Amino acid sequence: MSINLDSKIPEGPLADKWDNFKADEKLVNPSNKRKFKVIVVGTGLAGASAAATLAELGYQVEAFTFHDSPRRAHSIAAQGGINAAKNYRGDGDSIHRLFYDTVKGGDFRSREANVHRLAQVSVDIIDQMVAQGVPFAREYGGLLDNRSFGGAQVSRTFYARGQTGQQLLLGAYQQMARQIGLGNIKLWNRMELVDVVTVDGRCAGIVTRDLMTGEVSSHAAHATVLATGGYGNVFFLSTNAMTCNVTAAWRAHRKGALFANPCYTQIHPTCIPQSDDFQSKLTLMSESLRNDGRVWVPARAGDDRAPDQIPEAERDYYLERLYPSFGNLAPRDISSRAAKRAVDNGQGVGPLRNGVYLDFSDAVSRLGKDTVEERYGNLFEMYERITGEDPYSVPMRIYPASHYTMGGLWVDYELMTSIPGLYAAGEANFSDHGANRLGASALMQGLADGYFVLPYTISNYLAPLLNQPVPGTDHEAFKVAENAARDRFRQYLSIGGTRSPDYFHRELGKIIWDYCGMERSQQGLEKAISEIPALYDEFCKDLRVTGGGDSLNQTLEKAGRVDDFFQLGMLMCRDALDREESCGGHFRTEHQTDDGEALRDDDNFAHVSAWEWTGDPSNPNLHKEHLEYEVAKLQTRSYK
Amino acid sequence: MAQTLSRTPVSGTATSTPAKRKPFLLDLYSTAVGKKYVMAITGIAMIGFVIVHMLGNLKLYQGASATGIYPIDTYAEWLATLLYPAVPKYGVLWLARIGLLTAAVLHVHAAYGLTVMNRRARPVRYQSSRDYQVANFASRTMRWTGVIVLLFLFWHIADLTLGWVNPGFIYGDVQMNVVNSLSRVPVALFYIVANIALGIHLFHGTWSLFQSMGWNNPRFNSWRRGLAAAVATVIVVGNVSFPIAIMTGVVTYNP
Amino acid sequence: MSTKLTNLKLKIWRQAGPDDAGRFETYEIPEISDEASFLEMLDILNERLIEQGDEAIVFDHDCREGICGTCSLMINGQAHGPQRASATCQLHMRTFNSGDEIVIEPWRARAFPIIKDLMVDRAAFDRIVESGGFISAPTGGAPDANLTPIPKPVADAAMDAAACIGCGACVAACPNGAASLFTSAKLSHLNRLPQGQAERFRRTEAMVDTMDDYFGSCTNHGECQAACPKEISIDMIALMNSDYRKAKFKNRKNLSRI
Repeated sequence: MSINLDSKIPEGPLADKWDNFKADEKLVNPSNKRKFKVIVVGTGLAGASAAATLAELGYQVEAFTFHDSPRRAHSIAAQGGINAAKNYRGDGDSIHRLFYDTVKGGDFRSREANVHRLAQVSVDIIDQMVAQGVPFAREYGGLLDNRSFGGAQVSRTFYARGQTGQQLLLGAYQQMARQIGLGNIKLWNRMELVDVVTVDGRCAGIVTRDLMTGEVSSHAAHATVLATGGYGNVFFLSTNAMTCNVTAAWRAHRKGALFANPCYTQIHPTCIPQSDDFQSKLTLMSESLRNDGRVWVPARAGDDRAPDQIPEAERDYYLERLYPSFGNLAPRDISSRAAKRAVDNGQGVGPLRNGVYLDFSDAVSRLGKDTVEERYGNLFEMYERITGEDPYSVPMRIYPASHYTMGGLWVDYELMTSIPGLYAAGEANFSDHGANRLGASALMQGLADGYFVLPYTISNYLAPLLNQPVPGTDHEAFKVAENAARDRFRQYLSIGGTRSPDYFHRELGKIIWDYCGMERSQQGLEKAISEIPALYDEFCKDLRVTGGGDSLNQTLEKAGRVDDFFQLGMLMCRDALDREESCGGHFRTEHQTDDGEALRDDDNFAHVSAWEWTGDPSNPNLHKEHLEYEVAKLQTRSYK
Repeated sequence: MAQTLSRTPVSGTATSTPAKRKPFLLDLYSTAVGKKYVMAITGIAMIGFVIVHMLGNLKLYQGASATGIYPIDTYAEWLATLLYPAVPKYGVLWLARIGLLTAAVLHVHAAYGLTVMNRRARPVRYQSSRDYQVANFASRTMRWTGVIVLLFLFWHIADLTLGWVNPGFIYGDVQMNVVNSLSRVPVALFYIVANIALGIHLFHGTWSLFQSMGWNNPRFNSWRRGLAAAVATVIVVGNVSFPIAIMTGVVTYNP
Repeated sequence: MSTKLTNLKLKIWRQAGPDDAGRFETYEIPEISDEASFLEMLDILNERLIEQGDEAIVFDHDCREGICGTCSLMINGQAHGPQRASATCQLHMRTFNSGDEIVIEPWRARAFPIIKDLMVDRAAFDRIVESGGFISAPTGGAPDANLTPIPKPVADAAMDAAACIGCGACVAACPNGAASLFTSAKLSHLNRLPQGQAERFRRTEAMVDTMDDYFGSCTNHGECQAACPKEISIDMIALMNSDYRKAKFKNRKNLSRI
């Protein structure tokens, strides 16, 4: 099958491309918009904002969430903030600088045109969210406050206490709720996508499973948007919510959508270290803490004195030492690996020696406890609740954990996957963050896609379809997909083995974390590639799902998701093995500089690896989209 | 097992045209928040009455004057002739009575409506025991203290306004009527119990009315509990003192 | 270092579906680390049940860091359990002692029908928001974010209210099954901001009226505030009551419902 990887980047200089696109795109007349039906799967920032905006424009929108309410989507858990090139501080920020920081932060593995567009629309997002009543932090004068974040030398991050994701999601959710109330959106809750249906190479709709009744049904539309988040839960232990999964993206991949850069996963440097084997998830402490907290470990390996017993001279503030100009605000991948090196070196702290300190004693004495409390109070409380320790008096212990996935469905400039009519937005696509995402950029991208990109680009696809018949749910392809889904879920129930889906998920996660986590090596990846299929085989034979298929059954839901994680895991390791360089979140031990920094290979790997499903998860086909850099100069990332 | 969940997409939930509006006050009263205003406003009226009533009754302690006239009887006469001759005798008194009766009826009606609504809101109770954190005895027994006070009210009117259950009752001879009635131990005990119930009722009610009316201001919020406690205490101490004083012979009637 | 709790007895509500009568069933937890979260304990129990061939206990949960508002358990008669200011998912076993009997029940309210076991349907909250819990600001055309300064205390107060996670603990804890804290939190968030003024009274009227269709009335017990994982204050309810009165008085001629 020949696949045309046309990124459809508009003509013109970088700064004009988005305007040129908007000038040339095909439009749908307002009174014709109601003739088009758009399915939006997922109701996080990208999904909710897309659904709301499309409905406001006049399209018929059907939104799907597997949660009980759109407001539960995992965007809600983002803490730190959202970037925008507003330059309200007058500290030298600009669209170009946000663009450049993002490209550089992504280690020159993202598509320039997409990133520039992201930086351009970032300013509109803040305006839009404020108009909707998002209570961003303000200064006494009543104007918006900003904080700084990793990977930037300007203060451009807008925040709402430590709950920015929650407030933005509620904003988008409320906007969506208004459209539901007005009858412009049909919302299906507790419904999970189980397949994507294509007819004649176009996306015709989706097949869903009703989590409450087990009923499998079809939904046809002119266009379908997947805003279904990332796949970080492939690691089992991650900061993602328990139900985050790759199923929607994976089912689309199996139907022909290319999956790009699956090995680009982000490890977040500031999570609470694992405390025991049975732990089900890790908790993130916002990266914004690094604004005022100082990261250190005892200079001597094996030093087990209490933190306040270790004199200043015997502490190693390794981020400040290694990266003096960025210090504690070095980008995520760099800080994460530095922490790993310290722990591997025996300098780890805490009962399991698996963390590093994030110390606020300087901040408390400099700013006073009240200011620190105002900035981070809820994070400190959250930490204390989980660990039983008071971070005002004892330094926090942190350690990196899987947090975000830059990889995802391959999309062109218009956010369309390689299946015409199927779009991917937010974390589900691969487009803007390259090999590493900067802090406070995920919220920006989700909302940019949903508010300001998709509503423009989707009409370009829909306009020519006006008054053309599209396949309905009675089409053969839907019936085939429905039956396949029913069979699949019946199969999980009938295996009758001995192990729960969680058991397999945990075992899979261990393999992926050990061999395809923060550091990867050829040997390890080859080991993973041989171990995962064996474990998958066991999954297929020894899985046990109790209960039935016709009422709510969380074990059965989980089985389907773990199945897809297995297949994705194989692809991830394959991609990581193929990418013989280190870049951003992808660190190959064979490719590093003498002082342990990532060593890119721009000559051979300045491309997007877009994988095509072949039916055998271990043997996908690779397609390459070469990345051209017209404006950003390829250079070694340095935060020294 | 089979589920009976109806599963259709959610849409157009805010487009239904509202039922024809009732006249505005009834419209307000038909909602829970409106009923709470009524509870609060009638509550304020009745708290005012209860305080004035208690203060007036303190005249029981003054004893007979040299001419053998009890000040409380004079007070009763004064109430009956308030604003006389501009207003006919008993005019103001009846106005107050009608006002209080209306307040009491509305208060009870609203309470009944809210109770029905609250029962309906949780048709299946918790099957394990609840562990309340801040809901206090007063707030959770409003219905029962309210019912006790209401029953007491019937008795009290029959006893000391109409004299139906007070042998030898003479309209206007307040001191005599009160002493005769409260010399009966069961009646005195009933008065004490009922007034404690009233105190408990007011302890929550006085605080609660600020919330219901939306009178919330950080400057005085911390005073609301104190005020409620003060009102309840003053009323209980004052009202309970009468039966005790009569039974112990502090207040007497000597014709 | 972590220590172990032993011999916990769990009484958990099991109900096969909305129409099933349901009953408590007892499960033993012989040993659990005090570092485990409450939900991890249920995970471990569920894994054991599955391996024994029994159906796992259904309970709602997702982010496990106290922000998504999905988890919803009545633990020993308290919404979200004995720990103040936290959701069920933030409760850790160190709060309990060896040998404890722990009773777990779903939220109970007419508006929150039980779906299965410990899971309830909280869609009524969505209906309240759909009726008016928004500021109508269609995408595009918003003025510059700094055009309208908002005094910091106002922004902070709005944020205090906006912190609501919509878990339903207020309804669960309320002896009357009222949703006043949820509704008033959303109203206080939007009604305090300059952006929310245009729809202030229409919003208040619509949301309170919708709330009335599903929930009980507020009698100011204060249980909701005590149960709220975000410690939202019942001061919000006073603000709602006051705005509702103003809405009824001011609103009738000039503004109409949708």
